[in-house]
Amino acid sequence: MNVPKLKASNFTSDITPIWCPGCGDFHVLMSITRALAKLGRPPEEIAVISGIGCSSRIPAYTNCYGFHGVHGRSLAVAAGLKVARPDLTVMATSGDGDGFSIGGNHFLHACRRNVDMTYIVMDNRVYGMTKGQPSPTTEPDWDSALSPGGTGLSPFHPLVIALASGANFVAREFSGNIKGCTETILDAINHPGFSFVEILSPCVTFRPDEKEWKNQVHKASVSETDDPARAARRIMTDDGMNTGVLFRGNRNPYFASVSDEAGDLEPLEQAFEI
Amino acid sequence: MNALSHQVKNVSFAVVGTGGAGAITAGSILLEAAGKSGWYGLLTRSVGPQIRGGEAAALVRLSTRPAACMAKEFDILVAIDWKNADRFINAMPVASGGLVICDPAAGDPPKAVLDMDCTIVRCPIGELAKSIQGGRENMIAVGLVTQLVGLPVADVMNVVSSKLGRKGEQAVETGRTCIEAGMKAAADLGKAYTLAPASEQEESRWLITGNEAVGLGALRGGVRFAAAYPITPATEVLEYLSPALASIGGALVQAEDELASINMIIGASFGGRPSITATSGPGLSLMMESLGLASASETPIVVVDVMRVGPSTGIATKSEQSDLNIAVYGFHGDADHVVIAPLSVADCLFAGQWAVHIAETLQTPVIVLSDQSIGQARVLIDKPANMAFLTQRKPFVDTDKDYKRYGLVAGGVSPMAIPGQSGGQYTADGLTHTQRGTPSSTGKDQREQMGKRHNKIESFDFGDYWGVCEGDADSDTVILTWGSMTGPAREALDLLADGGQNARLVSLRQISPFPTKALQSALTGAKRVVFVEQSYSGQFYRHVRSHIDLPFDVRNLNREGPDEIGPEEITTHIRDWKDQ
Repeated sequence: MNVPKLKASNFTSDITPIWCPGCGDFHVLMSITRALAKLGRPPEEIAVISGIGCSSRIPAYTNCYGFHGVHGRSLAVAAGLKVARPDLTVMATSGDGDGFSIGGNHFLHACRRNVDMTYIVMDNRVYGMTKGQPSPTTEPDWDSALSPGGTGLSPFHPLVIALASGANFVAREFSGNIKGCTETILDAINHPGFSFVEILSPCVTFRPDEKEWKNQVHKASVSETDDPARAARRIMTDDGMNTGVLFRGNRNPYFASVSDEAGDLEPLEQAFEI
Repeated sequence: MNALSHQVKNVSFAVVGTGGAGAITAGSILLEAAGKSGWYGLLTRSVGPQIRGGEAAALVRLSTRPAACMAKEFDILVAIDWKNADRFINAMPVASGGLVICDPAAGDPPKAVLDMDCTIVRCPIGELAKSIQGGRENMIAVGLVTQLVGLPVADVMNVVSSKLGRKGEQAVETGRTCIEAGMKAAADLGKAYTLAPASEQEESRWLITGNEAVGLGALRGGVRFAAAYPITPATEVLEYLSPALASIGGALVQAEDELASINMIIGASFGGRPSITATSGPGLSLMMESLGLASASETPIVVVDVMRVGPSTGIATKSEQSDLNIAVYGFHGDADHVVIAPLSVADCLFAGQWAVHIAETLQTPVIVLSDQSIGQARVLIDKPANMAFLTQRKPFVDTDKDYKRYGLVAGGVSPMAIPGQSGGQYTADGLTHTQRGTPSSTGKDQREQMGKRHNKIESFDFGDYWGVCEGDADSDTVILTWGSMTGPAREALDLLADGGQNARLVSLRQISPFPTKALQSALTGAKRVVFVEQSYSGQFYRHVRSHIDLPFDVRNLNREGPDEIGPEEITTHIRDWKDQ
């Protein structure tokens, strides 16, 4: 077949992203479009689903089909779409507030359900769109107007929770490493079942300290595993800054899907006749 | 009523017994047999305050005419035993002159029964069953009622054969022996409540619940995806849809909560599949934000709300019509959408299909306000007609250049591209957006998109389906109601007519947008209007009042659940009013 080669630009829309200069999400958008170009499917066969927040603006910045829904529910929209349309490549994009706080329950059950899709969470450890409140991944002593002196709460471990809940692919990347992000996102899309990629994506406006992340992240020193307990132990004990694919499972993806057949209603009608 | 020669148009009976005694099975067999013989009727189950499989009663009304609601009082009460009966016996008062049959081995009837003005006879139901190898008490009860009501035994046996057939011939034979024993015992009582002959049957009859009917209607409308979170009394809609969808290539996903179920159907519908979920009041409350998303993003979905007693958790197993306010007015912002209500169990089938048709045609959420009283009732109905709606979303054509998903087209319904269609890519958005779907905060876009969504719904032709006008069109007395209360109101018309009085019934199926012109026209010539609704605050009255003037003498017969407003009460209300 003589299919023209796709470029990242085939996957970007003409809308200029509204993010702060220096925001890590610019790089994530770049990585997503590059990964999609490498995937080789045309943009109309990809759907990007999101909730509310800075990172959730991504769908409209792509040239794919997109759904920008309500706060915290992107995974439910994405699951419904994928079951209804198994032929599509479905991706959900989210942030740490949208994905782990208001959307926390859906996160657990999306991992458990294992619908074949990819979940990318841009974690900047802050609510950016509402101007700087602590999220579930924020350090306990991070000071803010809403929680002066810090929340005093331990941060949530998204990767460990994903493993405990049954996610089939777990990875961490840093937004600044576009090459690494691109490869991992492509890997996640190609892996069957629910794939979760946490991307450390600095918020330079409300968390200027995160500018240091580029000096702190490092490639995971050990190779990936298919043992969730082993992967969880490593993640619990590392410095939170190692990147790469950390777990690759082999669970069968969610089974139900809708076919294109119209179906015969007659037996269903007859069932009520006496 | 108890003279052997007298025939009745209605007979009601209750079969009571502990879980496992098979009271519900007995009631179901008798109802289906009556349907085979050409009668109408309905069955509701009464369970204790906690669903524990412990106590159960089958309440059955058989009638020569389509029966819309359960009788207020019962002619016959068969008690297999009295265990825990005091918890629910008050819900089934025996009519004056009625008959209570109970087993002396089960001890004395509860005080509530002893206090009733009825005949109590002892019948050794347990002993009779034990005397037959493998015999069951509930089949003795079937025999008792078969004899008392005058059901053709061949039809009863026909149903027993199909229900017990898979257990083998011996089980069917044992059933027959039990039924015959029960019939003989009843014949010795010297009482009868013989049903008048059934009318000639033109179409085959269906036996169906409202919850099943709304599900089948949705499938007729084209639904191929459902998301589900269990909630009483809506769960049966979802339990019906699960295997039914699988059998036609569709799918149902059990969600983690109602927030997920509503968003799953939004996602599936975005993918081009007509989609549905069903819930009750608490679930609808949780879904409100995303219903607004479906409205703003113009994503067609259907949400069936099988209403129960509220507020909060309320009474999960009992009926009320008190979700009208949240269904119509619960959205934040001005979120145009459609609310409809089935008028009966049979109408649940139509409403399910019509809801999908409206949702798909208008690209908007449609809420169907069913309720427990029709959702969980199993009813004999004439085989319903298949409505030939041409249901289709306005399609995106790939020759459309510069595609605008939310374009300001005539009529307001813009073409909806489906993922996979090249050149149709757009991002559906709950944010105020431009015609292309790009987020916007300008007054112009807000005004234009608001107008687009409003006009497409306001300009839609709901046709004659907005409601029904029945009874005497010349009468100046109107019963004005909606949804499931239509059934009791219909029967009230009959009762009034039997007493030589006339009235009109006007009932709304279309709740929002409000059918202003149709209702004003239907009320022409009215002098007295009585609103009938199962709501403490009179939600329906206030809703109507906010849309049209009511230059009539107006009364509201309204009450909260679980005490259902019945035909007798409506009849009495109108008689008293007319007499004044």
